[in-house]
Amino acid sequence: MPKQHITLTDEQTEAFGRELDGLKERVTADLGERDATYIRRVIKAQRALEVGGRGLLMAGILPPAWLAGTAMLALSKILDNMEIGHNVMHGQYDWMGDPSISSRGFEWDTACPGDQWRYSHNYMHHTYTNIVGLDRDIGYGILRMSEDQRWRPYFLGNPVYAVLLMVLFQYGVALHELETERIKAGEITLADKRDILDGIWRKTKRQTLKDYVAFPLLAGPFAPFVAGGNLTANLVRNIWSFMIIFCGHFPEDTQQFSIEETADETRGEWYFRQILGSANLTGGKLFHILSGNLSFQIEHHLFPDIPAHRHAEISVEVKEICERYGVPYNTGPLHRQFGTVIRKIVKLALPPKRQLGQVVPFVKRRRDPAAVAA
Amino acid sequence: MFTQKLASRVLASGLVDVLTGPHGVDRYTELVTPTWSLGDARAKVVGVRRHTPRSVTLQLAPNRAFQGFKAGQHINLTVEIDGRRRTRCYSPASGEGASLIELTIGLHDGGLVSSYLHRHSRPGMVLGLDSVGGDFVLPPRRPRRILFVSGGSGITPVMSMLRTLKAEDFDGEIAFAHYARSADEACYRDELTTMAGVRVLHGFTRSGDAGDLSGHFDADHLAAAMPSPEAVYVCGPPSLADAVRNHCDDVSAETFVPPVFEVPAQGSGGQISFSDSRVDRTDDGRPLLQQAEAAGLTPQSGCRMGICHSCTRRKTRGAVKNLITGAVSTSDEEDVQICVSVPVGDVELAL
Repeated sequence: MPKQHITLTDEQTEAFGRELDGLKERVTADLGERDATYIRRVIKAQRALEVGGRGLLMAGILPPAWLAGTAMLALSKILDNMEIGHNVMHGQYDWMGDPSISSRGFEWDTACPGDQWRYSHNYMHHTYTNIVGLDRDIGYGILRMSEDQRWRPYFLGNPVYAVLLMVLFQYGVALHELETERIKAGEITLADKRDILDGIWRKTKRQTLKDYVAFPLLAGPFAPFVAGGNLTANLVRNIWSFMIIFCGHFPEDTQQFSIEETADETRGEWYFRQILGSANLTGGKLFHILSGNLSFQIEHHLFPDIPAHRHAEISVEVKEICERYGVPYNTGPLHRQFGTVIRKIVKLALPPKRQLGQVVPFVKRRRDPAAVAA
Repeated sequence: MFTQKLASRVLASGLVDVLTGPHGVDRYTELVTPTWSLGDARAKVVGVRRHTPRSVTLQLAPNRAFQGFKAGQHINLTVEIDGRRRTRCYSPASGEGASLIELTIGLHDGGLVSSYLHRHSRPGMVLGLDSVGGDFVLPPRRPRRILFVSGGSGITPVMSMLRTLKAEDFDGEIAFAHYARSADEACYRDELTTMAGVRVLHGFTRSGDAGDLSGHFDADHLAAAMPSPEAVYVCGPPSLADAVRNHCDDVSAETFVPPVFEVPAQGSGGQISFSDSRVDRTDDGRPLLQQAEAAGLTPQSGCRMGICHSCTRRKTRGAVKNLITGAVSTSDEEDVQICVSVPVGDVELAL
């Protein structure tokens, strides 16, 4: 399917950017008690689910208790990572001045150390979104998720690596900052990453100690039920976050960019790239909360530091602005979006068919329409 | 008592730390009772009284994390207003070691925190007690003849000293001259009237109310209160402290200036102080991040466009403007994104 050509003049791009800046300004000025109350309620719900889930797992020998406990713990970990951790670490609640939910200090219930995430995600991924060669979230150094990544026989295993990454997602995320692909390529050595590795080890050790040693031991003879419940909860969280996150930038029609075409980007063009490179998910209120409102990936990428629970109402306006400028707004239900992601993972495992005329180069913008016409 | 000690011993243990990781035990217990925290000093408001039209007096029950204060010191009090934490300094009026902390908060016109507390304080409210500081304190060996002088809300640290001395059965000589705008606004009048062993003199500076002293502090006031005192403690506006210093030796003073909330129309030209690095420079109008780098510092940063919050730093003093949102941050102790913030006048940054 040929990709859409979008042609905005420089003036249009700037006007587009100004409208989005204006939207951000309005929402930022409106932040207050409502947002504080919201995030505290989510935190309270998460901690209650966690305490309740871990409590029930102590009686895990009874199947209903095990199932309910595991489900509650899985929900707790999902809320902790998605709606709380990810969003708090973006600085969405820094304006509150509460150190326990500040972007600098927050630590989440997963293997990846918060400070490493803040760098690789908040800075690298959000600044250089979908720029092949800069945004390491394109395939995480393991997968081929863009046609612009050169095919190698290694990528025949693309679907297998994807399944492994899904199951072990928290460790995949933790090892992200290690930049294994650069170590493999000989650009850096493992010794350069000593501090990073130490940080990952410290965090992973504590997480493992908690879920697989301390809590099971507290249950005495029922230790296996607790360990099993914790393992399952971690697995459920891994699969869920993998699905939501892969639906953010990889569904059909999301665009990737080259370093060259984004070299001298203006703020308007940056907004433009964020929209073209992201995709939303449709669903109910609970679905949005459990996805950490990453179901509003487009709004999240435009305004990463606006409290995510605001995205639902912001999206109405963003959509309207996009329509007026003819900018595509990619959205769909989880099964459809994730379906196209699976197709891409499988398709990109194979070498590209080099048939001219089929690949229509994507024109992100036309700096000078006259020059392009000539 | 024993069970309380045992409970905090258990909660502070390494095992509990692992079990409640990565958030820590306080992030769970505070959800049950907001003051139940081992690490953060907090207090519950247990009493609210309005003795004068322009002040509110709060009785606070601190949690066990609060380390106490010396009479005359101040506490950084944190209150959440519209989702945002605001911190202001208040000197308690209660004596050292009292089980409840008493704060009398004077209303500043246009003051965000004092107006809020004046209007919205109610029993059950929880406030943060961030840190205790100040060297306006009595020496361990108490002087025998002490003169206290205060103006307006400067009365609170003096009350704390008076109550502390009273509690330790001080038998020396004490005089206290207090200046208020009017008789109505003089806090603690009733208590002072009945306080034995203290010579109390009232002066009312902005009304026709008849007091013991007329006008501002001068030699006559000193003579009326206590000629040639051994030690003088004065708390109030700078002009009062200066007047007392002109007439006495050995003066310990604490002055305060009501906070200014206006932002100067013309920015720049101010002094930027990167306090952690002990580097100062004159503002050239660029974002703080660039100026820090120009000064040879290497603060953490990322996108440099107000997106990623890698560069967020605590602004300890002064005002800055966010270039993206246009928002101006005027209060002390706020986190700001230094890549998109420019100074508005003098700024102190924890960097």
